Amino acid sequence: MNNRLKLKIALLFFILFAAIIIGVLKGPADLGIRQLLSRAYMPILYLRALRIFAALSCGAGLAVSGIALQAILRNPLAEPYLLGTSSGAGLGAVIALICGIASRWLPLFAFLGAALSIFIVYNLARQNNRIRQESLILSGVIVSVAFSAIIVFLVSISGSEVLRSLSWWLWGSLQVYDARLLLIVSIIVFAGVLVIYLFAQDLNAISIGEEEAMHLGINAEQTKKILIFTTSIITASLVCVCGVIGFVGLIAPHTMRLLCGPNHRVLIPVTCLGAAIFMILCDIIARVIYPPLEVPIGVITAMVGAPIFIILLRRSEKI
Amino acid sequence: MHPLLEINNLFGGYERESVLKDVSLSVNKGDFVGIIGPNGSGKTTLLRLLSKILRPHKGEIIFGGRDISSIKLKDFAKEAAFVPQDTIINFSFSVLEIVLMGRIPHLRRLESESKNDLRIARDAMKMTDIAHLEGDYMDELSSGERQRVIIARALAQEPLLIFLDEPTSHLDIAHQVQIMDLLAKSRRLANLTIVTVLHDLNLAGEYCNRIVLLNGGKIFKQGSPEEVLTYQNIEAVYKTVVVVDKNPISGNPYVLLCPKEKA
Repeated sequence: MNNRLKLKIALLFFILFAAIIIGVLKGPADLGIRQLLSRAYMPILYLRALRIFAALSCGAGLAVSGIALQAILRNPLAEPYLLGTSSGAGLGAVIALICGIASRWLPLFAFLGAALSIFIVYNLARQNNRIRQESLILSGVIVSVAFSAIIVFLVSISGSEVLRSLSWWLWGSLQVYDARLLLIVSIIVFAGVLVIYLFAQDLNAISIGEEEAMHLGINAEQTKKILIFTTSIITASLVCVCGVIGFVGLIAPHTMRLLCGPNHRVLIPVTCLGAAIFMILCDIIARVIYPPLEVPIGVITAMVGAPIFIILLRRSEKI
Repeated sequence: MHPLLEINNLFGGYERESVLKDVSLSVNKGDFVGIIGPNGSGKTTLLRLLSKILRPHKGEIIFGGRDISSIKLKDFAKEAAFVPQDTIINFSFSVLEIVLMGRIPHLRRLESESKNDLRIARDAMKMTDIAHLEGDYMDELSSGERQRVIIARALAQEPLLIFLDEPTSHLDIAHQVQIMDLLAKSRRLANLTIVTVLHDLNLAGEYCNRIVLLNGGKIFKQGSPEEVLTYQNIEAVYKTVVVVDKNPISGNPYVLLCPKEKA
């Protein structure tokens, strides 16, 4: 690792630290540091800390899943919801809402919906026990469109209350209702990111080509399956606590690739930092832009992310 | 001495249909073998079977005394490298990063490259004359330079054998000669064995000590350039009238086309 890279990483750590401090201090309730640290406001401090924790998990999980899929599919535009996770989770949630199932079971339904769509996409894409990247992308699109249509159909024949609750799922939020669920999901995400990191070197080779990777002694088909499974588990788990948060899985890897290059052994840890910063900042905006109401974070990530993305694309044709 | 690579009654291809039918051939250590033949004759399929990308339907491929199906992919990659026609890289890796990937088969999971790996990669870059490009990005290189980087990566694997699939097909004549000279040099210096698919019969005639002429998935003729590159063989396989003569400088056979229409 050269010195410039070390400097960049140190800088990212510093920004992350600053973002965490701002994230703790800023919120709809305007409190000073002294008040926040006093016993009376402990619950608010706790809630804000939970949000930051959620931002770290979400950012790292989605961005690293994005990296893995971008390398496997050799498509810089692949994102973690490519496998239909978002529409699947939405469908699961809308069914639970319409059936009047208690809200604490919602995450389970969302997870099942996400798992179902991934299962369908995976099997549609599989031919002769091989996964071709084009068919994976195509079947992901097909399943997403079909599931979205079912969601809209179900919403249109039910009340507006459902629609409102559903928008939370479809645009995401870091408001944590269940700290224990967040902890479980974070452990899953951490383990998943670790698994993907174990394959960092393989991802370097696979991002050039599957056969190229095989010529370097990497079992590309098996690696691909393990990583598709891992990213699926990560995104499906995250969607339970945070709903669907777009753009992070796309923009964090891209920005970090421009900053530190495409070598996955560096890119994966650095992207965890970058994505965490991005999520914390977006969450702060989501909370303070229109108090006391909170805007879904997916709206902010998209509104902040889209222009950044365009600038990045323009500035460097190489991705 | 056993041949390095021995192919016995090989059938193979895609799905159920065998493109190659009953191919037998042996390659000795230090050979420079050119595989030639018309489009669709099974050249690339043969190379993909030999490099463990495809599984044979029937027959066996023995490499260094072992059936290649019993050799782990990773162990195989320590002994045999592969250079494709052209490598399109979507992500901007540097030249050094790409060449260092040649060390992957020699590294354990999560193990990073040692000084020794770096030295091997740099030696390979010196050999292919790309040392000055070390920090450049792959997507900034010309196709000739890119091909040399990929050959350097293959050399960094420290293999006994390199497979190449039409390594010169996208290059002008100067770069074709440069790449082929480079292969001949590494064969001489590192005692490498080279098995390459070639479109250009004259390059095959100049550089290979053995030529395998494929036709319709079968070996039509194999042997020295003088034995294989005769007008009878070429007219029979390519269905084209040609003249075969000797290169006055190297003494190797070369093939001239005879157009049906006058210019």
